[in-house]
Amino acid sequence: MTEIINFIGTHQEIIFFIILSVFVGIEVIGGVPTVLHTPLMSGANAIHGVVIVGAIIVMLNVDANDYVALSLGFLAVVLGTLNVVGGFVVTDRMLEMFKKK
Amino acid sequence: MTPEVLYNIRTITYIIASATFIIGLKRMGNAKTARNGNLIAAVGMTLAIIASIFIHVNKVQTETGVAFEQVETPGFIYSLIFAAIIIGTIIGWLTAKKVQMTKMPELVSMFNGMGGACAALIGLMEFHHNTGNTGALIAIVLGLIIGSVSFSGSVIAFLKLNGTMNKPVRLPSYNIINTLVMIGVFAFGAYMIFSGTESSTLLYLLFAAALIYGILFTIPIGGADMPVVISLLNSFTGLAAAFGGFLYDNKVMLTGGILVGSAGTLLTLVMCKAMNRPLSNVIFGAFGGGGASAGDGPDVKGSIKDMSVADAAVLLNYSKKVVIVPGYGLAVAQAQHIIHELEMLLEERGVEVKYAIHPVAGRMPGHMNVLLAESNVDYGKLVEMEEINPELEQTDVVLVVGANDVVNPAAKTDPSSPIYGMPILEVDKAKHIIVNKRSMNAGYAGIDNLLFYDPKTSMLFGDAKKALTELVAELKTM
Repeated sequence: MTEIINFIGTHQEIIFFIILSVFVGIEVIGGVPTVLHTPLMSGANAIHGVVIVGAIIVMLNVDANDYVALSLGFLAVVLGTLNVVGGFVVTDRMLEMFKKK
Repeated sequence: MTPEVLYNIRTITYIIASATFIIGLKRMGNAKTARNGNLIAAVGMTLAIIASIFIHVNKVQTETGVAFEQVETPGFIYSLIFAAIIIGTIIGWLTAKKVQMTKMPELVSMFNGMGGACAALIGLMEFHHNTGNTGALIAIVLGLIIGSVSFSGSVIAFLKLNGTMNKPVRLPSYNIINTLVMIGVFAFGAYMIFSGTESSTLLYLLFAAALIYGILFTIPIGGADMPVVISLLNSFTGLAAAFGGFLYDNKVMLTGGILVGSAGTLLTLVMCKAMNRPLSNVIFGAFGGGGASAGDGPDVKGSIKDMSVADAAVLLNYSKKVVIVPGYGLAVAQAQHIIHELEMLLEERGVEVKYAIHPVAGRMPGHMNVLLAESNVDYGKLVEMEEINPELEQTDVVLVVGANDVVNPAAKTDPSSPIYGMPILEVDKAKHIIVNKRSMNAGYAGIDNLLFYDPKTSMLFGDAKKALTELVAELKTM
């Protein structure tokens, strides 16, 4: 029990941060018209591609002789890039069609 | 520049990127600003990625305080990172540019799976560097489990949308099995965190178990519910990214991940609300599954009235008000351009034409809007369900193109129907209904539709594009 309490204490900034972000996420898409649900889902999909930053950090710290880790890291960066680039481009293509006629 | 300055520059980039994510999402909620919002978020993401690659400075705790140390990374690792980014960019760009509009939902699902897999791989690689650090291990193991579930779940969703796997697969008492597997996976995860084990075999077993759970989780869910599932898996990947942010104390991963996690969850619930079903019902429920409910057809069936293209053309030509109800059949047949042509032709002759958009028509909310926008249909002609329903009574002809479940009156009248309670387009109130369908096959929910037996309904069988092309040609001769 004390461990949990102290864990929260040491990480309080991040916990505040998480709680506020959760509410920002909810607020920011509240009241979106149905017509925009698909592009919005797709846009959000691109944003979680930020996980690629983690893959880059792994690669920067990887042991240069560990081929398993190198290949996994390489794969992770490829997949993360796919998520980011594909996500933003596909969202742009959808939204292009909503432009003013 | 000192390492400290570099570190802070990276922090500033992360702050900017986080702000662009929030602004971007906000702007994506409005049709006018949406494209610009997407672009803003993309710019922020690019900045964050560049800063992460080029500024490799760690903040370390020393006896006297904190110090910043710049880390040298061998050149070939940089080459690998660049190679990976180039490969990912080319494949991602080409796929996103080339795919047909109708395949968008599948594609979103696929890209989502890639992000989940990326998070899972990070977990696989970081596990051994953090033995003994419980806080880090919690983030690693949860990121690994959620990322893997999101990956395998998205692949199944992709296969279902794409038609490769179109029947829900249900093991006997799958709900109990799934719950047990889920508990098992998390218990296994807890063991990995708290036992202090360093076994790679166990780690890969956990990875495999989480992948299997992702499959079991998605496989019983019917195709009609895939949009909800994709949205849910989307927020899962967000959560997995956020765990990565917690692990590296990386704020941009945290903001990006949590924003998508919470926004995605809300979006999922909004979609469920549009179908008037609780989320639990989508995940554990019995929608569109062969079984008893689907087999029980309505007791009283009238007869089906077939209609020729010429008759349909006459009926439409002499109407005052026509409402078109597009559905997935329109998307499959790529009939969005020809329907617009039909609409313009009718308008020229003084017929008022509107499109009735059900919130879940197609395979994703907003799917029909995107498709019709592609063929330049005026945005103002697309009317949402709540607004069009009261108008249907004064409508002369409703033309249903490839839609089925969203116009099924059983949702209002038959409490035993699996879609009972879902709000529908009340097209049976109109004076005439023309239904264009390829065949008498049931819709995605796998249930019969009483509307087709309504005396006011005439069936215009055939592929949507072909039938509408003939209809337009016929109208032009009149």
